[in-house]
Amino acid sequence: MAFRTHLLVCAGTGCVSSNSYQTAKALEAEIGKWGLDREVKVIRTGCQGFCAAGPVVLVQPDGIFYCGVTAGHATRLVEEHLLKGRPYTKLLYTPPPEKVPIPALHDIPFFAKQKLVVLRNRGMIDPERIDDYIAAGGYTAIVKALTEMTPEQIVKEIKRSGLRGRGGGGFPTGIKWDTCRKAAEAREVEPVVVCNADEGDPGAFMDRSIIEGDPHSVLEGMVIGARAIGAREGFIYIRHEYPIACERLIKAIDQARDYGLLGKDILGSGMDFDIEVVKGAGAFVCGESTALMASLEGKVGEPRAKYIHTVEYGYKNLPTNLNNVETWANVPLIIERGAEWFTSMGTGDVAENPWNGSSGTKVFSMVGKVNNTGLIEVPMGISLRDIIFGIGGGIPDGRRFKAVQTGGPSGGCLPESHLDMPVDFDSLTEAGSMMGSGGMIVMDDETCMVDVARYFLEFLTEESCGKCIPCREGLRSSVDVLTRITQGKGRAEDVATLEEVSAVMQDCCLCALGTSAPNPVLSTLQYFRDEYDAHIKSGICPAGACKELIEYTINAELCDGCHACVRQCSTEAITGEVKKLHAIEPGKCIKCGACIEACKRDAIRKVPRRQVA
Amino acid sequence: MPKLSIEDLKRIREEGKHTLTMRTGEGRARVTVHMGTCGISAGARDVMAALLREIEERKLTDVIVTTSGCAGLCSREPMVTVQMAGQPPVKYVDLKPERMVRVLTEHLLGGKIVADFVLASGSETTG
Repeated sequence: MAFRTHLLVCAGTGCVSSNSYQTAKALEAEIGKWGLDREVKVIRTGCQGFCAAGPVVLVQPDGIFYCGVTAGHATRLVEEHLLKGRPYTKLLYTPPPEKVPIPALHDIPFFAKQKLVVLRNRGMIDPERIDDYIAAGGYTAIVKALTEMTPEQIVKEIKRSGLRGRGGGGFPTGIKWDTCRKAAEAREVEPVVVCNADEGDPGAFMDRSIIEGDPHSVLEGMVIGARAIGAREGFIYIRHEYPIACERLIKAIDQARDYGLLGKDILGSGMDFDIEVVKGAGAFVCGESTALMASLEGKVGEPRAKYIHTVEYGYKNLPTNLNNVETWANVPLIIERGAEWFTSMGTGDVAENPWNGSSGTKVFSMVGKVNNTGLIEVPMGISLRDIIFGIGGGIPDGRRFKAVQTGGPSGGCLPESHLDMPVDFDSLTEAGSMMGSGGMIVMDDETCMVDVARYFLEFLTEESCGKCIPCREGLRSSVDVLTRITQGKGRAEDVATLEEVSAVMQDCCLCALGTSAPNPVLSTLQYFRDEYDAHIKSGICPAGACKELIEYTINAELCDGCHACVRQCSTEAITGEVKKLHAIEPGKCIKCGACIEACKRDAIRKVPRRQVA
Repeated sequence: MPKLSIEDLKRIREEGKHTLTMRTGEGRARVTVHMGTCGISAGARDVMAALLREIEERKLTDVIVTTSGCAGLCSREPMVTVQMAGQPPVKYVDLKPERMVRVLTEHLLGGKIVADFVLASGSETTG
């Protein structure tokens, strides 16, 4: 008998870490208990995007979306929704300022404003079943590419679509494919295609979610790319820290091989192509093309100078075409629906020249001080405001938006004045940031921009391979200066020093990790220079974030001596008898913030540290 | 020898179509079986089982079956609401498994409302 209802339980990494597997199991048990297991089916899907609300469950065909579903909710959910046929209101999404819950997924602003291309199958298919992908229209493009199109026509179609590299560089994919194909032909060698799944930006999880939710879309894209370029061998380089993604990818490759969609004589077309998964150890620099290829060969993951490009001499000196996960996942739909469909989304006129704009959509992982953290896909050219306030639901706790960091650790921070700027490759670069692979970190007015720059440069210092001096030493000296400033020990010449070091790094570093590393410093200097000055000249952190520059005090008018803060303080820095005014000893206080959270009367405040004469 | 031909691929796609139609929530028609206590005790579960069986046997890929609570007219249960895409909903009363099959054949597939057990077309005003 056909199932009448499907419960689509999110099994992306975010929800899995909130125990969604247990939720799924409990739902199955409960469904079995009522004898509904022939009518209702539980499916574990990839990331459904709304990570802030996880574990999430979508009930179809009803379209009802549940948030925060734990195993303990299973009994009531099954009773209410499946037996009585009414939504279980307690778990419906309720937008923060309102009281009325929204039952249907398509009415929730977080979902309603997105445009799904790469994530077209998210939450719809079981990523571990190839038949689900095929039923959703998957592997249609492969048939077209193998039977109706010549390799030249495929390259031309991708060129005309204006697709640009989603890994961060924004290099036109069609041009890359063309160069690689021609390089292989000229040297009469076999080229190689590689998928870069070494996603390393802090807070970024686009590629992981694509692989977890729809691994076959990446495989199909790679088969099409291999056909266009003439490759018989492909690799997916993925970090071992993505266990669920690795598992689903390997399973998907096995299934595709079983169906003959990978391997010899694919679909009887005579084309041979197979893919091998290679796990990286999780070094950030291995996302850089030359370092990645060194790692693929089993060598130390260090970049080399790129006067010769990897499309000509890459893996084992063969012409190697490297594209990011999201780029590959775009390919099948472009082939199936055509370049015109793709260029109908996005900015600029890219039909003649892919550099003229940004077509299609972009996937972002939105994290930080924003209500709806999660995975989103939007058309290129949408404004930052629409993303952060429309989809993201604004800033939590009624605080003010201060900046958004795009492009990962080597991207830049853009201020409020740029909120209406369109999000595309060229606008972001022009504003001093970059598209990057799609990490988006939202910051509120309690975030110190000097400290943010220090944080990202510290990350990059740890991840720098140390091969070239400008990167290794430039990062180290920049972090020293930034740390000094956040401690209130900044010197008058510090800003000039940072600018000088940054300029040298941009000119001289061996790879993009180094040349883009100064972006966090330069963009915060450009837009938040006053914060640097406040730290250096007055020893004040305007955001109240730099611990060395603030202290905690208790407002005598508000404190009622409830003792809640005393109980939370791990260093016994708060003194005072019950029902009498409390006080904080600055020497003992480690400024952890536990007391602020404990205080119900908002009596504890951060204030600039008293200057020691 | 290739393992899968292009025809095989098409067959797998057709077979899985119903499942996917259901997950998008969009189809030619949606049948809501009212499953309040009154409906269930009057035999709504048998009506739904018959409907699901027919859909399976006839390999219909675009008919969606969902449930809801009591429709308010407990004396005339089992009831279902049939909603064809782009048309007002139609309510049927006093259903039995074989009557449900007739509704499927004549209304859902044939496009003609089955006058014998129809209650009304349209819905109550809400708000």
